Amino acid sequence: MAGSTEGSEKTQPTSGVDSTAKQGDRPAAKSTVTQPQLGFLGMCRWAWTQLTTMRVALILLLVLALAAIPGSLLPQRIQDPGRVNTFLEDNGAWGQFLDTIQMFDVYSSIWFSAIYLLLMISLIGCIIPRTKQHWKAMRSSPPKAPRRLSRMPGYADFDSAQGEAETRADADEAFLDAAEARLKKSGYRINRQSDHIAAERGYLRETGNLVFHIALLMATLTMAIGSLFGYEGQRILVEGETFSNSLVSYDSFEPGSYYDADNLPDFRLKLDSFTSTFDDQAVGNQFGQPRSFDAKVTTTADGHSESHVLKVNEPVRVGGVGVYLTGNGYAPEVTVRDAKGDIVHSGPQVFIPDGGDPGYSSEGVIKVPDSAGTQMGFVGVFLPTAAQNQDGELVSSFAELRNPYLVMSGYTGDLGLDSGVPQSVYSLDAENMEEMTDETGNPLVIQLAEGETQKLPNGGSVTFDGVKKYIAVDISQDPTQALMLISAILVLAGLGLSLFIPRRRVWVRIRNGHAEVAALARGEDPMVERAVDGLVKDLRDPEPDAGEDGDGDER
Amino acid sequence: MDVNTDLAMWSNQLIISAMIVYAVAMIFYAFDLFGARELKTSESRAASPAKASTVRRTNRKTATTAVLDRPDDDDSEAVKSPRKNRHRGARIGTSLLVLAMLLHVGGVLTRALSVARVPWGNMMEYVLSATAITVIVYLLVLTKKDVRYLGTFVSGGVLLCLGLAITVFYTPAAKLIPALDSYWIAIHVPIAILSTSLLYISAILAVFQILKSVHETKDPKWLRFLHRLPSSTDLERTSYTIAAVGFITWTFTLIAGAIWAEVAWSRYWGWDSKEIWTFVVWVIYAAYLHARATRGWGPTKVAVLNLIGIASVIFNFTVVNMYFNGLHSYSGLD
Repeated sequence: MAGSTEGSEKTQPTSGVDSTAKQGDRPAAKSTVTQPQLGFLGMCRWAWTQLTTMRVALILLLVLALAAIPGSLLPQRIQDPGRVNTFLEDNGAWGQFLDTIQMFDVYSSIWFSAIYLLLMISLIGCIIPRTKQHWKAMRSSPPKAPRRLSRMPGYADFDSAQGEAETRADADEAFLDAAEARLKKSGYRINRQSDHIAAERGYLRETGNLVFHIALLMATLTMAIGSLFGYEGQRILVEGETFSNSLVSYDSFEPGSYYDADNLPDFRLKLDSFTSTFDDQAVGNQFGQPRSFDAKVTTTADGHSESHVLKVNEPVRVGGVGVYLTGNGYAPEVTVRDAKGDIVHSGPQVFIPDGGDPGYSSEGVIKVPDSAGTQMGFVGVFLPTAAQNQDGELVSSFAELRNPYLVMSGYTGDLGLDSGVPQSVYSLDAENMEEMTDETGNPLVIQLAEGETQKLPNGGSVTFDGVKKYIAVDISQDPTQALMLISAILVLAGLGLSLFIPRRRVWVRIRNGHAEVAALARGEDPMVERAVDGLVKDLRDPEPDAGEDGDGDER
Repeated sequence: MDVNTDLAMWSNQLIISAMIVYAVAMIFYAFDLFGARELKTSESRAASPAKASTVRRTNRKTATTAVLDRPDDDDSEAVKSPRKNRHRGARIGTSLLVLAMLLHVGGVLTRALSVARVPWGNMMEYVLSATAITVIVYLLVLTKKDVRYLGTFVSGGVLLCLGLAITVFYTPAAKLIPALDSYWIAIHVPIAILSTSLLYISAILAVFQILKSVHETKDPKWLRFLHRLPSSTDLERTSYTIAAVGFITWTFTLIAGAIWAEVAWSRYWGWDSKEIWTFVVWVIYAAYLHARATRGWGPTKVAVLNLIGIASVIFNFTVVNMYFNGLHSYSGLD
C-alpha cells in the first residue's frame, strides 16, 4: 500500500522459500522439515502469501500498466468494430493471431482480467490484516518510551528550570502537565507515565490509506456492475423526427447482461431544429473549425413536454436516461421519379461526413427498391459549400450550407435487399447492378445544386429539393454512476490523508530536571526533526501565549 | 467569433521575449551548476552548503528567512567576499527566471484575453500554460528549499517546450470547438497541467538523485560538479514529496476527466487512447509510490520508475495527442 514505510512489509520476508527457512514457527516451515509436498492447502497458502506481498503487488501494477498499452496501439472492438475488421482484412494471418490472443478486446480479455483480478485479490489480502492491525492500534495507547530516546531520529535534551515549584518533583510534574497540554493541542493521543509521556498522532494516515484502497476496490466493482445493469444505444435523428424510447427505435442497442430491455423508460424526444456554426474568421488551421452545435429538442415524459437545448457537453436527462449529442451532419432531400413520372423515393437521406474533412463533405446512398421496372441505387457525395480546388476537383471548402451540391452516380439492377443478408443503409452493394451511362456511354454523373432536377437515362429523374440537418445521439443508462462518484471521492480523500498526514510518535521524559524530547516518524514525515525543535522551544521557555509556535511546529 | 488579433500578436511577442530571457537564465544557471569546480577552489571549505544550513538552523534571527537571500550581513569579513560570489550565477538565473516568468504569464494572459476563454484550448496553449505553471511551481518550491540546482533544467525544459509550441504546435488564436466548450475545461485541464509540472520537476530531481548517488559511491570526475548538491537521500525525499502531490493531482485529473467524459460521451470510462494512457501513467506512479516501501527496491531503481512515469506523461501528451485515433483529438493541428 502506498506510503507505508512503517515496516510491516520491509520486515516481512518476501520470498516464501526464504521465509520457511527463517521462520521456524510458521506452519509452512514444518513442511520443509518433512519435505516433499506442500499439499494443495499448502500451495494455496503459499500462493496467498506470495500474492499479498508488496513485491508481487508491485509487479502486478507494472504488468497492468504494460498490459493496458496494446489497447491504444491496436483498434478495439469496444470503440470501433469497423476499424478492427479493416485491420483484420489488411493483416491476414498476423491479424488472426492478434485476434486469437484477444488483442482487439484487450480490456475484456482473459489476460487483462487475470491481472486486475490478481491485483484485487492481492489488495484484499493486504487490506484485511492491515484493517485489523489498525483497529487494534486505534484502540490501544501509544507505546511507552524506550530506554534510550537519544537513538530516535528526532532528539533533543535540555535542563528544565525549577521555576516557582517547591520541589524538583513538583516542577517535573508541572513540566509533564505542560507537555501533555501542548501535545494534546497538536492532536496527539497521550499515554502518561510516571516520568514520561508517550504520544502518537496521525492515525488518519492509515485510515486514509485503507479508505483509498477499499474505494479502489469499490470503483472496480462498480464499473463491473454498471456494465451489467445499464445499456447504451445510438440513434440518428433528422430535423423534425421524433424518437420514442423503445427497442425498435434504436439504430444500435447494447444492453448489459442483466438489463431488462423490455422495460425501457417511457419518453419521447423530438428534434425541432439543429444549428451548427463554423469559424469563417480564423486563420490557418483554425479556419472552418466548428464553434457551436445546438440541437433544440422537445422531450415528452409523463404527459408533459419540455424544451431543451442539447449540446455536446450538455446532455438532456429524461426518465433516468441520458441523451448525449455525439455527432451531426446533413441529410439531402432527394426526390426520385421513375419512367412513368411517379415519385418512387422522397425525403431526407442521411449522409455521413468524412471525419477528416473540416468541410463536411459527406457520403451517402439512396436506395430505390420500388420503382417501375428495375430497382435503382445512387451513391454520392454531398458538399455543403462546393468549390473547385487548384486541381479543378469539386471539394467542400466550408462546413456550413453556403453552396450545397450533390454529386452522384446511379445504378440499376438488384439492390440485394431480398437476399436476407443484412445491409448497411450507408453502402450500396453494386455487385448485381449496372452503372447508369449517358448518351456517349460514359458513366453518368448526376450533379445537382439545390432545387435542380436531372433526367435519368431510363426516363426517370432525380431532384435535389433541399437539405435537412441531423444529429447522432447516444442514449444510455448507468444506474451505478452515483456509486462510482462516491468511490472516486473516497479514493481522492483517502489518498490525500494517506500521503499527507504525518504519523509520528513523540516521547517527552523528565528525570530530575533533565528533559528529553524524541520523535519517530512512521512513514514519510520530513517534519519530524522540526516537530522536536518546536516542542523543545515551547517546553523550555513556556510563554503565556502558547499559540505563537515557532517555525518547527507540525501543520 | 471576434478574436482580438492585436492581443494575440502581443501574446506571441511576449512569449518570444520570455524565451530569450529563459535562454539567458539557463546559461547563468548552467554556469552555476557546472562551473562549481572552479568556484570551489576560490572558496573556503567552511562555506559548504551543509555547514551553511546548520548555521541557518541555529541562527534564530535568520531561521525563517528564505534561502534565496542568504544572510550576508551578519557574517564575518573573512568569509564575506567568497560568499558574495557563491551562487552568483544561480542568483542571476533566478532573477532572470522571474522576469521571464512575468513575460511568459503576460503572454498566456494576453492569449486568453484575445479569445476571451481559458488559455488551454489546444496543444500550443496547453504547452504555454504548462510551462508557465512549471516555472511558478519551481519558484514556489524555491521559497521553501534551495533547489536552484534544478534551474538549468527548468529553464532549459521550458525553453525547449516553448520552442516546440511556437513552431510544431503553433495554432492561431481562435475560439473553442464545441467538444471543449464546457466548464470542465476550467477544472480538468489546469489540474492536468499542474500534475505535469509537478511530475516534471520530480523527475529532474530523480535524475539528480541518481547522478548524486553515483557521485557519492564512485565519485567519477565528470560528476564533481554535484558536490554542492544535497545528499541523494535528501533529493529522493524531495522528489518523492513532489511526485506524491503530483499523483494526487493526477488522480484528480483522471476523476474529473471521467466525469467530463460522462457529460460529453455518455460514459465515464471507455478506454479511449487518452484514457488508456492517463490510466497507464496513474498505474506507473502508483507503482512508484509502492516501490519505495518495497524491499529489494533501492532508491535508484525507484527513481528509474519515476523517470518511466514522466516518459509516459510526455508520450501521453505528444504521441497520443498527435498520432493516435481517439476522442481527445484537440491538438488543434491538422
